[in-house]
Amino acid sequence: MASNFSIKHQPGFTAIAATCFVVLYLPIIVLVAYAFNAANSTSEWGGFSMRWFQSAGQNVQVIDATLRSFQIGAVAAVLSTIFATMAALATTRTAPYPGLTFKYAAINQPLMVPEIVTGVALLIFFSRIKIFTGYSGLGYLIAAHTAFCIPFAYLPIRARLENMDLTLERAAADLYATPWKTFRRITLPLLWPGILAGLMLAFVISLDDVVITEFVKSGGQDTLPTYMLGQIRRGITPEINAISTAFLLLSVAIVTLFFFVSRKRD
Amino acid sequence: MATAEEVAKAAERRDVRDRWLLSAPALLVIFLAATGPLLIVLIYSFLTPGPYGDVKWQFSPDAWLSVFMERDIFDDTLSLAAAHVTIFWRSIKLAVVTTIATLTLGFPTAYFMATRSEKTRDLWLFLITIPFWTNLLIRTFAVLQIIRNEGIINTILIKLGIVSTPVQILYTDTAILIGMAYVYLPLMVLPIYASMEKLDFRLVEAGYDLYATRFKVLRKIIFPLVKPGVIAGSILVFIPALGAYVTPSVLGGGKNMMLSNLIELQFGQGRNWPLGSALSITVMIIVMVALLAYVRNAGKSGVRHG
Repeated sequence: MASNFSIKHQPGFTAIAATCFVVLYLPIIVLVAYAFNAANSTSEWGGFSMRWFQSAGQNVQVIDATLRSFQIGAVAAVLSTIFATMAALATTRTAPYPGLTFKYAAINQPLMVPEIVTGVALLIFFSRIKIFTGYSGLGYLIAAHTAFCIPFAYLPIRARLENMDLTLERAAADLYATPWKTFRRITLPLLWPGILAGLMLAFVISLDDVVITEFVKSGGQDTLPTYMLGQIRRGITPEINAISTAFLLLSVAIVTLFFFVSRKRD
Repeated sequence: MATAEEVAKAAERRDVRDRWLLSAPALLVIFLAATGPLLIVLIYSFLTPGPYGDVKWQFSPDAWLSVFMERDIFDDTLSLAAAHVTIFWRSIKLAVVTTIATLTLGFPTAYFMATRSEKTRDLWLFLITIPFWTNLLIRTFAVLQIIRNEGIINTILIKLGIVSTPVQILYTDTAILIGMAYVYLPLMVLPIYASMEKLDFRLVEAGYDLYATRFKVLRKIIFPLVKPGVIAGSILVFIPALGAYVTPSVLGGGKNMMLSNLIELQFGQGRNWPLGSALSITVMIIVMVALLAYVRNAGKSGVRHG
């Protein structure tokens, strides 16, 4: 009997996996390390310092772009989550009905089209509307972000709904609860973890977007990612590392939260 | 008097109507700010460019002709547009190689993750999810700092005396390739892992009982069973890689354009919106062909999953 013959072993796979994890994290670690660099450039190490965080924190453009990113992200996440929740309620726990497949396809459509194409399409469409209405505020960016956040918000909400049967809702209806009351007191509390996960996903997706924002934004409407892209193209300073580090920290916090919310099973 | 059947029918109709009303806002937003404008792009690709960008409302097939052809300014003859062909070829080549590279690295990684104990599996999944949800621009920027002339790789190579002057990686196709493989790797690992997690290792054991070698088990048992995940991962990597904008902009410099940079150029300095539109539609067509191939393949594989 070969006692140490593992059926799960494949030669070299563990080594490749280890390499992958190292390679995935190494650049990020270097990036974070250089955010604390005292030197003026990112090519030499000048000792530990927080000066780049301070300079980023005092940079009006950075503050502006950050606030704008949060503003767009918050509105787009809330709107897309509400719409996605409604759409998920409409497309789950039912026998197939005419139009159901169409709805799936339509909701997932933003995932199928390369961002550059959506960006170009919105640039053309919104520039027409801008001329027509004279309005050039943040509304366009919010509309665009809401649209591409919907499929992401929809995913965890739909998954959660599919694991909920209709027993409790039927019981509530038997006890003369109105449909609205049933929704508020039964469906919504049960669905809440899914909604929360959808909200966080949508917020992260909105916060991360570069391409569509780059094409849709009017002058002076930089979000944090488009501002950073502009800076990187011009030449890099450790300030970008500092901004990236802060951004990373936020993403990791949200993802961690998301991970626990969506993994929680009852 | 309505029969019970009629009452049930009416209730069902009401249910379907309510379900349409409920999904209306989501569908409307997506139509207005994602799907609908794609039709305008199609229309624009058949118009004449305006002098300062935008278009003149005058039909012209020129944009579509110049996707692959160019008109000689002296004798009006058409010839293959070498610059465009180069960019198309580069984009497709880089997207394919990125897909292969991420598959080669991602498959063993997903396998490794799926063969861990229940408890540690979540941790590995978490470790792969973090980069997945980290801003793509930041990850591309992280790669830039590693591969540039003053970056870690070159510093080490010089310190070790392997090279005397830095190896120019940044602003080459290789840089774009490294960057794309890096940022899209989690997109390959996650779907393969999802398939792998459901793999019944009793089948693997049966293979060994029948004297199969490790390689044969991998090729004949594991790979066919996780094929849906492999195909899904490949599509998930190929599509964004083909339309990649951030990675070639940051790592490719100005010279090594990919399709998206060429498209952007038409809406910027190029002032040729119809050509930009025609190029966008072309990218869409390539993506749709890839997706169709995926759907057909997934249907054919006949492996039940989910």
